[in-house]
Amino acid sequence: MTNVLRRMPIYVLLLILVAAFLIPVYLVITTSLKTPEEINLLEVWRLPATINITSFQEAFGTLLPYLINSLMVTIPATIISAMLGSVNGYVLSKWRFPGSNIIFPLMLFGMFIPYQSILIPLFQTLKSLNLYGGLGGLTLAHVVYGLPITTLIFRNYYAEVPTEMIEAGQIDGADFFGIYRDILFPLSIPGFVVVIIWQFTQIWNEYLFAVTLTNTESWPITVELSQLGAGQAINYSVQMAGAFLTALPTLIVYIFLGRYFIRGLLAGSVKG
Amino acid sequence: MVRMTKDRWTAVAMITPSIILLGIFVYGFIAQTAWTSLTNWGTPGGAASLAEHPVIDFVGLKNYQDLFTGFNPRFRLDLVNEVFFTALFLAACLGLGLLMAILLDQKVRGESLFRTVFLFPMALSFVVTGTIWRWLFAPNGGLNVLPSSIVNAFSPNSPISPLPFEWFTSKSKLLTMHWHDVLTIVGVAILLFMFAVASTYWFKRRNLTVIFVVVLSSLAGVFIIGGNNIPSFVANEVHGLNVAIISIVIAATWQMSGYTMAIYLAGLRGIPDELREAARVDGATEFQVYRYVILPLLQPITLSAAIILGHISLKIFDLVYVMAGDGNLQVDVPGVNMYLTAFRANNFALGSAIAMIMLLLVAVIIVPYLYTSLRGEKHA
Repeated sequence: MTNVLRRMPIYVLLLILVAAFLIPVYLVITTSLKTPEEINLLEVWRLPATINITSFQEAFGTLLPYLINSLMVTIPATIISAMLGSVNGYVLSKWRFPGSNIIFPLMLFGMFIPYQSILIPLFQTLKSLNLYGGLGGLTLAHVVYGLPITTLIFRNYYAEVPTEMIEAGQIDGADFFGIYRDILFPLSIPGFVVVIIWQFTQIWNEYLFAVTLTNTESWPITVELSQLGAGQAINYSVQMAGAFLTALPTLIVYIFLGRYFIRGLLAGSVKG
Repeated sequence: MVRMTKDRWTAVAMITPSIILLGIFVYGFIAQTAWTSLTNWGTPGGAASLAEHPVIDFVGLKNYQDLFTGFNPRFRLDLVNEVFFTALFLAACLGLGLLMAILLDQKVRGESLFRTVFLFPMALSFVVTGTIWRWLFAPNGGLNVLPSSIVNAFSPNSPISPLPFEWFTSKSKLLTMHWHDVLTIVGVAILLFMFAVASTYWFKRRNLTVIFVVVLSSLAGVFIIGGNNIPSFVANEVHGLNVAIISIVIAATWQMSGYTMAIYLAGLRGIPDELREAARVDGATEFQVYRYVILPLLQPITLSAAIILGHISLKIFDLVYVMAGDGNLQVDVPGVNMYLTAFRANNFALGSAIAMIMLLLVAVIIVPYLYTSLRGEKHA
């Protein structure tokens, strides 16, 4: 009994924090379910009089083409950067070569730079390659700048695989590709899940490349969401419904595969 | 020394495309940005940024000079905002993250549910966060009317009025000082930092320490002497902590404190129970166990969390841009200024100069971090 009393403050504090973290969620959901006429600044916290999904319908109709753009960039960029990262991680963990200890930190530095410092040459290069404006250029950018983190995660992941397994494979006559195909790749599924979830989330949520490298028809969903509020009278219920829809894919991934998401998150601090 | 077998050559061949891509897209592009920052490409009077074959002239450090001593105070304002934003954001994220981690470390019921709630904003885009918090910070609604809505719903007879905060539309400044004083303070801070580091390492590596002292004292000299030789209209510019920044800090902390919680929690789980037990046996209270045993062990984690969060805050663009738009100088940061300068005003040279300063600030904290974490790994 005393134990319960002693632990009360912990739960009280935790519940206060939960309430604070969920306040924005409450506001998003209630606002998006109201009709535009029902939105009144002084009464934003009131529950909607009736559940009204027209704002969701409108936001979905507006966002759909951009949601498709986002998928068409995110899926290929995620898969390609994950595959390249897996091969790089394999090389850097199991086939160290002279200079690999210098190359690796140089590669890693690429994930910390402010992308503003490469943005103008990137824009110019994509323009001269005729890749500016469309989805191809944005995909290329996400693949290249995704390489450091995917390489890092796979390198740390493969470092856990005992070198004896590789040596055993070599004794059995397996070459570089044979060892990857028969020994490492089958063990890689959790590594791929971590990397794919991380890249999917990062690319889906990205804004700076999206807003500078694409033209209006190729905007990803984040750019269109940021434009929902621009222009005439701001329709807050549609904006909140749009924010909810934009967040939904990554939220679903987070809720169902949160364990792997956290592993990606922790891998970002290099040592993992 | 490794022997270069056929398989090892295959390995090198397989990683080469990635190395070439990153070589060009990171280092080649940085070099190009550095070069552009020394030209007049897109500056008034220079070649147009979007011209087919622009004729670009080398102008030396003129763009940097413009940023630090020119008529437009915007970049100086950005730097001051950035310092306050980073300091407040770091303090809030580390403090809140540590609190949440310690609470969750008390073997609470439903721990995974709490963790899920504290961490879910990390899965969102800064654009989503910005859109939501802009609505929460609406001066005539949002958070300002939350307490009054609750109280007035329960006791309609004695209504209270909404909170008066202006959030990111506020124009007030705290801790105001002149730009001249800002430069002096930075110079003195560099000197103090130098003395602190140099006195610790002086006897271990004398040569390195001498280089370190020479480099940093010249840098401090640039700030202090330079601060006394700038045009008076620049020297007397008023800077300070813009109150509007606080609303961006709140939104960013809501999004990122879960990250600090996650790495502190991972650290706490790595501390063996025997250590806590030993301290308890010695008569330490629960508070003392944390104060004298756990927190000192978490110090390296605090440092790496501060570095990761610090570099995110130095790069920040989307959250500020979406929340406050492009015209709100109260919350302007270098990331927003760079985007607007290079891609709205099409001034590539000046945009490159801003980008190079951002890169320098990030590199100063990230390069030592990468160096020490990877070197430590090799010895392990």
